[in-house]
Amino acid sequence: MDTSNLDIAYLALSAILFGLGGFGLLVRRNPLVMIMCVELMLNAVNLTFVTFGRMLDDISGQVIVFFVLVVAAAEVVVGLGLVVAMARRRPGATADDLRLLRG
Amino acid sequence: MVELLWLIPALPLAGFVVLLFFGKRIGEPLAGWLGTAMVALSFLVSIVVFIGLWDQPEHTYDLKLFSWIPAGSFHVDLAFLLDPLSMTMVLFITGIAALIHLYSIGYMHGDSRFPRFFTYLNLFVLSMLLLVLGDNLVVTFLGWEGVGACSYFLISFWFEKDANATAGKKAFITNRVGDWGFMVGTFVVFFTFGTVKYSEFLPLSPGLAQSTATLIAVMLFIGAIGKSAQIPLFIWLPDAMAGPTPVSALIHAATMVTAGVYLLVRVNPILAASFSWLPWLIAIVGALTALLAASIAIAQTDIKKVLAYSTVSQLGYMFLAVGSGGYSAAIFHMVTHAFFKACLFLGSGSVIHGMHEEQDMRRMGALRKLMPITAGTFIVGWLSIAGVPPFSGFWSKDDILSYALHKSPVLYAIGLFTALLTAFYMSRQVFLVFFGKARWGESGDAELAAMEAHTAAHDADATTDDARSDDLGEATVAAAADAGPVAVATEHHAHDVHPHESPWTMTIPLVVLAVLSALGGLLNLPFNENTELLNKWLEPVVGANQVHLGLSGAQLTVELVVSTIIALLGIAIAYGVYLQRRVDPERIELPLFANGWYIDHGISVFAGGPGRRLFELVATFDRVVIDGAVNGVGRLTRGGATRLRTVQNGYVRWYALMVGLGAVLIIAFVLTQVTF
Repeated sequence: MDTSNLDIAYLALSAILFGLGGFGLLVRRNPLVMIMCVELMLNAVNLTFVTFGRMLDDISGQVIVFFVLVVAAAEVVVGLGLVVAMARRRPGATADDLRLLRG
Repeated sequence: MVELLWLIPALPLAGFVVLLFFGKRIGEPLAGWLGTAMVALSFLVSIVVFIGLWDQPEHTYDLKLFSWIPAGSFHVDLAFLLDPLSMTMVLFITGIAALIHLYSIGYMHGDSRFPRFFTYLNLFVLSMLLLVLGDNLVVTFLGWEGVGACSYFLISFWFEKDANATAGKKAFITNRVGDWGFMVGTFVVFFTFGTVKYSEFLPLSPGLAQSTATLIAVMLFIGAIGKSAQIPLFIWLPDAMAGPTPVSALIHAATMVTAGVYLLVRVNPILAASFSWLPWLIAIVGALTALLAASIAIAQTDIKKVLAYSTVSQLGYMFLAVGSGGYSAAIFHMVTHAFFKACLFLGSGSVIHGMHEEQDMRRMGALRKLMPITAGTFIVGWLSIAGVPPFSGFWSKDDILSYALHKSPVLYAIGLFTALLTAFYMSRQVFLVFFGKARWGESGDAELAAMEAHTAAHDADATTDDARSDDLGEATVAAAADAGPVAVATEHHAHDVHPHESPWTMTIPLVVLAVLSALGGLLNLPFNENTELLNKWLEPVVGANQVHLGLSGAQLTVELVVSTIIALLGIAIAYGVYLQRRVDPERIELPLFANGWYIDHGISVFAGGPGRRLFELVATFDRVVIDGAVNGVGRLTRGGATRLRTVQNGYVRWYALMVGLGAVLIIAFVLTQVTF
């Protein structure tokens, strides 16, 4: 029972983190902060994977976390690159200013 | 030796290519000799192949050159099928074409586009050979379209005159109507059998459903009607006389127009598998065409128009033969007709040449002393077409009439009456051109004046026709062509006409063709099985579906005697009317006949009036409904997109919200639908 309570707590924590990340993504306009929010969401999912892996006594949950980490790293590289390039061209631009591709 | 088969079409092709690129540099007369040599060589090869064909099993040889269209289950080879039928066609096509090429060297002398003329002629021979040699419907269609295109080029060869260009267009368009039938027929054959190869689908046709066989046969028959100038698509052939005379002889008498008859004979198993009304239809169309065209021919004044209508009439006989089940008789008549009609056309060309482009028979007469060779050969051709024994036309026509009698006495009666008309109008032509008084030069002045009234009336008629057709936006080619010779004649007045005999390049073909017209009957004498050479030769192709007459000697004798009497009667009437002047010709040459039963006129009126409105209606339908549908789809897409594009507002956080909402919705859906 203890363990399952702890698991529930972990899941709750990850849900809170995911919600914070999603909320931040939607309300903040600074691209850098938005990327940080995405990272928060990714890690919330990672936590969920690990927790479920432990609950179900299945190693594959943890394996997937490694994949997610690798993909997240790659994503951060591209994302930060974009943020830097953008900051050079249009200093101080928010995500809402960048709408050249609108229909 | 049959392996040389590929050379037969290859030689005219080589001639065509060389003349096309170097024709101008080769120039006159060498270009003509080159073209002639190619076709003559092709004829020689045909003879060699013919000898080789005797050793082949069933006298059949199939030569595949290469895969033309390999598309899944649809497979077409460029391949040649040599059997007794195509061999017969190849022999007389190349033979007569070679003679006509030779003749053209003399006839086209001095023409500014002399090499171009031979380029077209060689292309035409190539197409015709593809048509008859093709071992499937697609290759035949290639040749079919090829001869159509060449006919168009050559009819409007002297395109400087508007009427010629119009005549070419008329021929082309009328032919297209028939080509539609051919194409649909080919499609149906493919859908039914999965192949278009003759040697594969023809043996299967006896097991075919009657309705399918009839559909194929009707469609191919429509194609044949267009190409072979039968009712109702015969209107282009008389106008095709706008081309140079050798063209009329080669294309519009001896070879191209026989393509329809060839096609029907080729697919005779399909005709046999059809409903029994189909052969009746073919026979009736043929008989009516023969009668109608012959009736028009008796009142024509243009020397070539008479021959043109007589060609239509003789083609009608061939269709009558096909419909009556006398396939070999149709081929027999095709061959003899090629001989005597080529002879007559070339003879008329020689007359026109000698009279300095005069085509009106009312301004000729008594030419036999000035043009002895032309006159002699023309008379042989005349006796042959009129059906006087023992010339070739007598035997072939009588063969057809025997089959017609076997089919129905009514068809026989129509055939006989047409034979009477044929003998009459051909005699009229010969008497007007070669006998009687000379109506050219000074001696003809009085007669010219007397004719003035008639001509004036005729002219007025033609001009009103012209005026009306201009109004209607459709040229009445018949009327324009009618007016043509008259106009030409008034230009260089009849005073300085000095008729002369033609050069040897023109007379040699005439003599050869005259000999062939006289002796062509030997191919298929009806006396016993041993004299029916052509029948026996064609046995592998048509034997199974040919009607066997089994005539007794007495029957045969009666038929031959009746035919002879009819022919002589026709000549006698013409003699009385045109040489002894016992009856006024005006009473026979009714305006109804002179104007071709007003068929061209009727078409012009229809196409200009109700037809035009009808097609404008179709055009409106096209513009409003068809174009409207297409444009409507376009407008709908644009309108929808204009509204839809606002969704892409460029706010990346908006997209993120939508993704989130979508995810929530999907999860909600899954949670509510899936029971754990």
